[in-house]
Amino acid sequence: MTPFPFSAIVGQDEMKRAMILTAIDGSIGGVLVFGDRGTGKSTAVRALAALLPPIKAIKNCPVNSAKAAEVPGWANLKTKRVHETPTPVVDLPLGATEDRVTGALDIEKALTKGEKAFQPGLLAKANRGYLYIDEVNLLEDHIVDLLLDVAQSGENVVEREGLSIRHPARFVLVGSGNPEEGELRPQLLDRFGLSVEVTSPKEIDTRVEVIKRRDAFENDNAAFMLRWQAEDAAIRDRILKARKSLTKLKTPEKTLTDVAELCLALGSDGLRGELTLLKAARAYAAWRDDTALTRAHIRDVAPMALRHRLRRDPLDEAGGGTRVARTVEDVLG
Amino acid sequence: MKRAAGHGLRGPWKTFLDSWQQATLALQLLAIDPGLGGVTIRARSGPVRDALLKQVDPDAKRIHPAISDEALFGGLDLSATLTTGHLVQEQGLLATPGPMILAMAERAPVRLAAHLAVALDKNTGHTLIALDEGAEPDEMLDPKLAERLAFHIDLSDIALRDISTEPPGKAGQPPTAPMGGGFTPTRGRALPSVPPDIIDQITRIASDLGIDSLRAPLFALRAAKAQAILNDRDHITTEDIETACALTLAHRATRIPEPQPQEPEAPPPEQTENQNTEDTLDLPDELLLDAVRALLPDNLLDRLAAQKARQGRGNGTGAARKGNRRGRPLPSRAGKLSDGARIDIIGTLRTAAPWQTIRRNATGRDGLHIRPSDFRIKRFEEKSDRLLIFTVDASGSAALTRLAEAKGAVELLLAQAYARRDHVALVAFRGTEAELLLPPTRSLVQTKRRLAGLPGGGGTPLAAGMVAAFEQATHATRKGLTPTIAILTDGRANIALDGTADRKQAATDAQQIAKVLRAHGIDAIVIDTGNRPEPALRNLAQTLDAAYLPLPRADAHRLSQSVATALGD
Repeated sequence: MTPFPFSAIVGQDEMKRAMILTAIDGSIGGVLVFGDRGTGKSTAVRALAALLPPIKAIKNCPVNSAKAAEVPGWANLKTKRVHETPTPVVDLPLGATEDRVTGALDIEKALTKGEKAFQPGLLAKANRGYLYIDEVNLLEDHIVDLLLDVAQSGENVVEREGLSIRHPARFVLVGSGNPEEGELRPQLLDRFGLSVEVTSPKEIDTRVEVIKRRDAFENDNAAFMLRWQAEDAAIRDRILKARKSLTKLKTPEKTLTDVAELCLALGSDGLRGELTLLKAARAYAAWRDDTALTRAHIRDVAPMALRHRLRRDPLDEAGGGTRVARTVEDVLG
Repeated sequence: MKRAAGHGLRGPWKTFLDSWQQATLALQLLAIDPGLGGVTIRARSGPVRDALLKQVDPDAKRIHPAISDEALFGGLDLSATLTTGHLVQEQGLLATPGPMILAMAERAPVRLAAHLAVALDKNTGHTLIALDEGAEPDEMLDPKLAERLAFHIDLSDIALRDISTEPPGKAGQPPTAPMGGGFTPTRGRALPSVPPDIIDQITRIASDLGIDSLRAPLFALRAAKAQAILNDRDHITTEDIETACALTLAHRATRIPEPQPQEPEAPPPEQTENQNTEDTLDLPDELLLDAVRALLPDNLLDRLAAQKARQGRGNGTGAARKGNRRGRPLPSRAGKLSDGARIDIIGTLRTAAPWQTIRRNATGRDGLHIRPSDFRIKRFEEKSDRLLIFTVDASGSAALTRLAEAKGAVELLLAQAYARRDHVALVAFRGTEAELLLPPTRSLVQTKRRLAGLPGGGGTPLAAGMVAAFEQATHATRKGLTPTIAILTDGRANIALDGTADRKQAATDAQQIAKVLRAHGIDAIVIDTGNRPEPALRNLAQTLDAAYLPLPRADAHRLSQSVATALGD
C-alpha cells in the first residue's frame, strides 16, 4: 500500500519541519519523535520516505555508493552503472539481531561455494539514506551500543567470523517512541540532531479533518494520492532548491554569538548542541528562501535542536521544550 | 473482574448486544475489513472461547508469546538445508496475510508486540485475534498492540448456556452468524461512502469519551462501514454507528461523558473550604502537599545493594544469570548436544563451512559434511530488570507530619532509579485500603505526577499496603523482573487487613505479611517517616530482613519552607 502523502498530514508542524530540515541537510543528524500513541509518528516517517528526492547511486551497490570508485571491493560488482534510486529508508525492527544490523558471513556462499563472503546488514543498506527505529526507547541495549558507535563514526566495522570489513554507514537516524514506556539513554539522545514532541490534536475540527483525510485515503486511494501529489512535489522541489541555496547562505558573526550564548545559558553538554543548532537554523533559512541567517531562524529551531540536550533533571516536570523556550526568551529577547 | 466497562446503560448510546454477540460480530467485521486490525478476547480457555474460535477461519495461524523471529519472518530451514546441501529458506508466518491467533497474549513480550504492531501497521491484510487469559486486571496485552486492535471483548462472564440460548438478534439488530460458523467473508467489496457529518459525529464521541488516540475514531468508522456491508446495505445507518462505537470506543474510554452539566462534583468546594481553614490549622481530610526534598543519603540504593551483597544475595540492577534458554545472546561455544542445550545452527554451519571442500574430497560424498566437533551451542545472558515498588503511607498522621518529606524522599530515590534504568511502581495506602497508583513503568515523569497528586488523610492500613506491594512483586517476578519494595510510613498501623480500626490487630497483620514477604525472598527497605524512630517499625524491618532507615529530621529552615509551600505562600 502506498504511504500516506506527507503534505496531507494535518498539523504536527514541528515534526514535519524537523523532518524536512534533515532532508535538506543530512548532517544535522536525525530526528527523534516522542509522543502518545496514535499521533501519526509512524505515518509521518513513512510518508517522508516517499517524499524524498531520489539519489544517484551505482546499481546493485550494497552501500549505495555515489561513484564507481567508492564501491567496496567485497561487493564484487562487475558493471558499475549509475542509476537513480529512491532514497533508502530502512526499518530497524526491535528484535533485530546483531548479525542482521551489522552484516555477517554470507552463509549461502559459505555453504554452497565454500567461499568467505560478507553479507551486508541493515547499516549498509541505510547508507546515504534514513534508518528508522520505531519504539526506539525499547531497543535492546547491545543494539543501541552498536548504533551509537556507527552513528558517530559514519563507518561500520565488522570484525567477526574471520571477516574484517569496513564500509561507510552514514545515515539519518529517525526514532520514534512513546515516553510513557521508558526513556532513552542520554548517549543515544545526543546522537539525534533534532527532537520533537507530538501530541494528539485537541481541537475537534482538527481531529475531524485527520479522520476525514485518512478515510478518503483508504476509500479512494488513487484520487486522494492524485489530489496531494502536486503538494508533495512542491515540497520536494523546495527541498532540492534549499539544498542548493544552503551553500550560498550567509552566516553573520552575530548569529554565531547568539547560538553560543544560547547554548551556554542552557548548559547543554558538549559542543554538539551549537553545531546542530547552527546547521538546523541554516537549513531552515534555506527552506524559507532567505539569504542570510538571522535571529528569527535560530529562535524557531532552538527548541527542536536543544530540548533533548539539556542536562537531564529526571524530576523536572516542565519538558525540555519549555525550558529552551524560556531561555530563548531571556537570551535572544 | 469488571464486566467490560463502559457499554451497557452507562454510555450515551444503548446497545443490546451481550458480549457473546459482540464477539461474533467483531469476528465477522474483521473478516470483512482486515484493516480493523484485530480483536482482544479476554477469557479463560474453556468451552465458550472454543465455541467462539470455531467461527474463526480454520486456516488461521496460531502463534504463541515465545515464538522466534525466524518463525515469524522466515529464516533458514535447517532440515532441508542439511539434506540438500544448499540453503533453503523457510517462509515466515508474516509472509502470507491472514488471521493470526495469539494465545496467552498477556504474556507476549515487548519485542513480539512490536513486531506484530509493525505487521499490522503495514496494513497488508494481517489480523490478530489476541486471546488474553490474564487473571488479574493488570495482566493484559501489551498496550502498544492493543491500541492497534479495533475490538476488545470480555467473555469472562459468559457461560456456555448463555450462548446456546442466544436469541438470533433482537429487533433492529444485525443477525449474528449461527454457531459453528457458516459465515463467508465478502472481501473485495467497495466500502460504503460516509457522509462527512458522521465522521464529525464519531470524532466528537471519541473525544467526549476522553480518547486521545486518533486510531479509535478511525476504527469506529471502519467498523461502521464493515457493518453496513455485513447487512448488505450501501449506506451507513445510525445503528451501524452506535454498534461500531460501542465495539471500538467503549473499552478505550477514559471518562464517561456527562450529558448533565449540573450536579457539581463534591470534592472541589470541599477543597476550597479546606484551604480557607488551613490557616487555623484544622485537620484537613484531603491534604495536597507539594513535595519537598528530604535529607536522605544520596546513594541509598547503592547502599541497599551493597548490604544485600554482603548477605550473599547479590541484587544490584537485578540478577544476571547465564542460561541457554533466553536473554541476550552471548557468542556460542563449542559443545555437546546434551541436557537441553540449543544448537546454534548458524554458528555450527559457519564452523563447518570452510572444511566442506576438504571433507568432500576426503570422503568422495556430496552434500553437507558436519562433524560433531563443529557443533556450537547457544548461550544467553539475561539481566532481569529491577522493579522498585514504592509503598507510601498517605494516612492522616503521615499527611500532617511528613508526607511532603516522604514525597521528597521518593523523588530522591526516583532520581537514583532513573540512573539505573529501574522500573518503578507506586502503591499508596490510606483510609481503609491500599491503591496501586502507578503500575510498573520506566516513566519518571508519570511517577512524579502521580506522586504529586497523592492526597493525604485517613487511617494507616499498613498491612493492606504491604499486601498490594506483595501482589505487584509477585507479578513482577513472574514477568522476570527483580522486585524491591520500599515502604515509607510512620509505622502507626491502626487499620487491620479486614478494614476495622484495631491497632493491635493491625500490627499483627503487618507482621504476618512481613513474614510472607520474607518467605518469598522479596527485598525490601523500610523508611520511617515518623517524627521519631518507631520501634515497631524497626521490628517490622527485622522481620522483613530489610534495611531500616529513620528519615532524618529536616532542619527548621526546610520545614518552614515546606509549610510555606503547603499553604501556597
